[in-house]
Amino acid sequence: MSQTQTDELLKEFAPQLEHTGLKGKIWIGFLIFMVCMGLFALYWQVSRGHIVTGMRDNVVWGVYIVNFIFFMGISYAGALISGTLHLFHAEWRKPVIRMAEFITVISLLIGPLYIMLCIGRLDRLPNLILFGRIQSPITWDVIAISTDIIGCFIFLYLAILRDLSKLRDYEALKVPAWQKKLYKMLALGYTGTPEQQIRLKRATDIMAGMVIAIAIIVYSVLAWIFSVTLQPGWHSTIFGPYFVIAAVYSGTGVLILAMFIFRKVYHLEKHITQKHFVNVGVIMLVLAAFFGYFTFSEYLTKWYGSEKNDEILIKILFKDYYFFFIFSNYVGVLLPLIVVGFKKLRTINNITITAVVVIIALWMNRYLIVVPTLESPYLPIQDARAAWLHYSPTWVEMVLTAGGVASFCLFFTIASKLIPIVQVAELKEEPKESGDIYLR
Amino acid sequence: MNDEKNKDGNSRRRFLKLGLIAGAGTVATGAILATGKSLAVESGDKVKVLTTSGEMMEVDKNFLTLPPVDRKDSHQGIPGRKFVMVIDLAKCKNARACVESCQKGHNLPHGEEFMKVYLLQDSLKSAPYWFPKPCYHCDNPQCVSVCPVGATFKRSDGIVLIDNERCIGCKFCMTGCPYSTRIFAWKHEDVYDSPQSYSPEKGVPGVEGTVSKCDFCPDMAREGKLPYCASACPMGTILFGDIDEDVVTNGVDTYKFSELIRDRAGYQYLENLGTRPNVYYLPPVDRQFPVERGYESLDPEIKARYDNTPFVKKLKDKEKKS
Repeated sequence: MSQTQTDELLKEFAPQLEHTGLKGKIWIGFLIFMVCMGLFALYWQVSRGHIVTGMRDNVVWGVYIVNFIFFMGISYAGALISGTLHLFHAEWRKPVIRMAEFITVISLLIGPLYIMLCIGRLDRLPNLILFGRIQSPITWDVIAISTDIIGCFIFLYLAILRDLSKLRDYEALKVPAWQKKLYKMLALGYTGTPEQQIRLKRATDIMAGMVIAIAIIVYSVLAWIFSVTLQPGWHSTIFGPYFVIAAVYSGTGVLILAMFIFRKVYHLEKHITQKHFVNVGVIMLVLAAFFGYFTFSEYLTKWYGSEKNDEILIKILFKDYYFFFIFSNYVGVLLPLIVVGFKKLRTINNITITAVVVIIALWMNRYLIVVPTLESPYLPIQDARAAWLHYSPTWVEMVLTAGGVASFCLFFTIASKLIPIVQVAELKEEPKESGDIYLR
Repeated sequence: MNDEKNKDGNSRRRFLKLGLIAGAGTVATGAILATGKSLAVESGDKVKVLTTSGEMMEVDKNFLTLPPVDRKDSHQGIPGRKFVMVIDLAKCKNARACVESCQKGHNLPHGEEFMKVYLLQDSLKSAPYWFPKPCYHCDNPQCVSVCPVGATFKRSDGIVLIDNERCIGCKFCMTGCPYSTRIFAWKHEDVYDSPQSYSPEKGVPGVEGTVSKCDFCPDMAREGKLPYCASACPMGTILFGDIDEDVVTNGVDTYKFSELIRDRAGYQYLENLGTRPNVYYLPPVDRQFPVERGYESLDPEIKARYDNTPFVKKLKDKEKKS
């Protein structure tokens, strides 16, 4: 029975892999153009120095770090959401889990590029290994992120392995020979024998648990880069968990947006229904509440106790960054609570719009964490040069930001052209051997 | 204050009083000779010098100054030293001589300053004062803790230096330092093309994409001289010395460090952050100059820096009214 179902699914998704329509080609062309623009901006920055960015001696980290935190954050979609759903055996996850895993791996590849854009001497990157000091949180980050990338790759690979074997065995698939060869190579001779199934299940279970743990560590380490310093807005004990929650929260937002787009483009209305949007939406709602709680508790203690420098920071936040602050910490928290909280409002469109708002709000939230703190150091900035007083991103930084988003979309599009965006193999493998520990 | 008139006499006096630091230079020379490294190459140009016993002697020109300490040796401190700086805020009139001589000595491009002079006012009703700020060379340096490649390091003589041939430019040290001490080379500057060989002790020439900062001039200390800022200050505001020998000097007056700190209620800036700075301040009591004196004579470009301070805002309000 399951065999025929899988074949039907394969037949349905084969065109996705076989053809790219005119619109698709224009889309890919546009993305490549944007990525090239980003490469040009990168060349500009490398050849002329960091002076072409808006960063100066006080605000030494700008939107690059914001983007870095942001992309690392959305990588949580796969790690925590698909990992947790896997471990809880949530059956509804099947049509959306692949997207979540793609988001994870792709954003994990793009995020670290942004931290490199912040580095003044890219030619000396090997020093991180050659002279690495374990005492530095940056070294922790290098270790944690590379572990995360490997872990998430393995998790994704285990998840697509059965689909790869199905694609290899599907004779009617009209794709170039190299692609068939690729499937054959990557399927590793998986045929679905009981022994293979049990091994795969065991490995996936272990990796699902692992990626959750690694993801929490990675994001905590990322938060510690800020909170181990003595800067007024950063030196906070809750930054670790706060960053973790904010990350999963943005991950759900991006997942909902991806579900909406792929549902439209690949006509997945049959597979991804309102139920999925509501389910992921509810996860988003819970995270919104957590995120709001952390944000409130972070700023309440700063404002109520009001040390001199905290007071200055709060003043800046409510004066220079008023719109950002209200949007990210009020709208970004309350909108999901309202839209998903009331049954009548839970339409696919509403939830998607909310998700977009959440994504933007969380980007702004990171901006508010990074920039205003650097603009209000202990010693007041006394400089006549405007750029030294206030940070504002230049075209180079904006183009590189757009380039990063474009490369995210590009990788996502390419991935969906190679592997079905919805898992075609059955979710539940039926162990054939009696006495198997996984027999439920 | 006759030091400006009588420069020669002054420098001789300074030389004599600096014997304590010159000792460091001798020890360093010994260390260099012992390891056989960094020896100066003979140039062929002979210079006549008078020895202490009154004889004339010919010495090669290159042997008169110590060669720069190479990268590896600069990671060790000057043996037996623990440097300290005391800044007497009562004397500072923002003459900016410290800033300018430091910029010149370190070959810094325009706009980059290792020593910065702030106009601080602790609270709205308290009096404003000028506040020269070098690197504090903390004993618990955050910048050193967070550096991922060990490009910034703490030496046995208390000095925190940067090796700009190893620095990757991640700027983590800049966010780690709570005193905004560090500066970044945002672009290539012509002065970086200087042909002299690099030593972290000199911090010259700079390198694009790396971090630099005040280095307490260990190269000067090896030669028995005071840092540029200390010797340049016309008011003798900046005192430099050795905390273990319990002595600090500005080249004219020499004090017992512990007594000076006791009698003048010396303090460290924001010491509550746990960084344990090696720069002490003497509070601005019984000032020699009103704070306005340091503001009025400034270049418009420098003046504009202080536009946001309560003091200057008040001053401008008064001007408008009159």
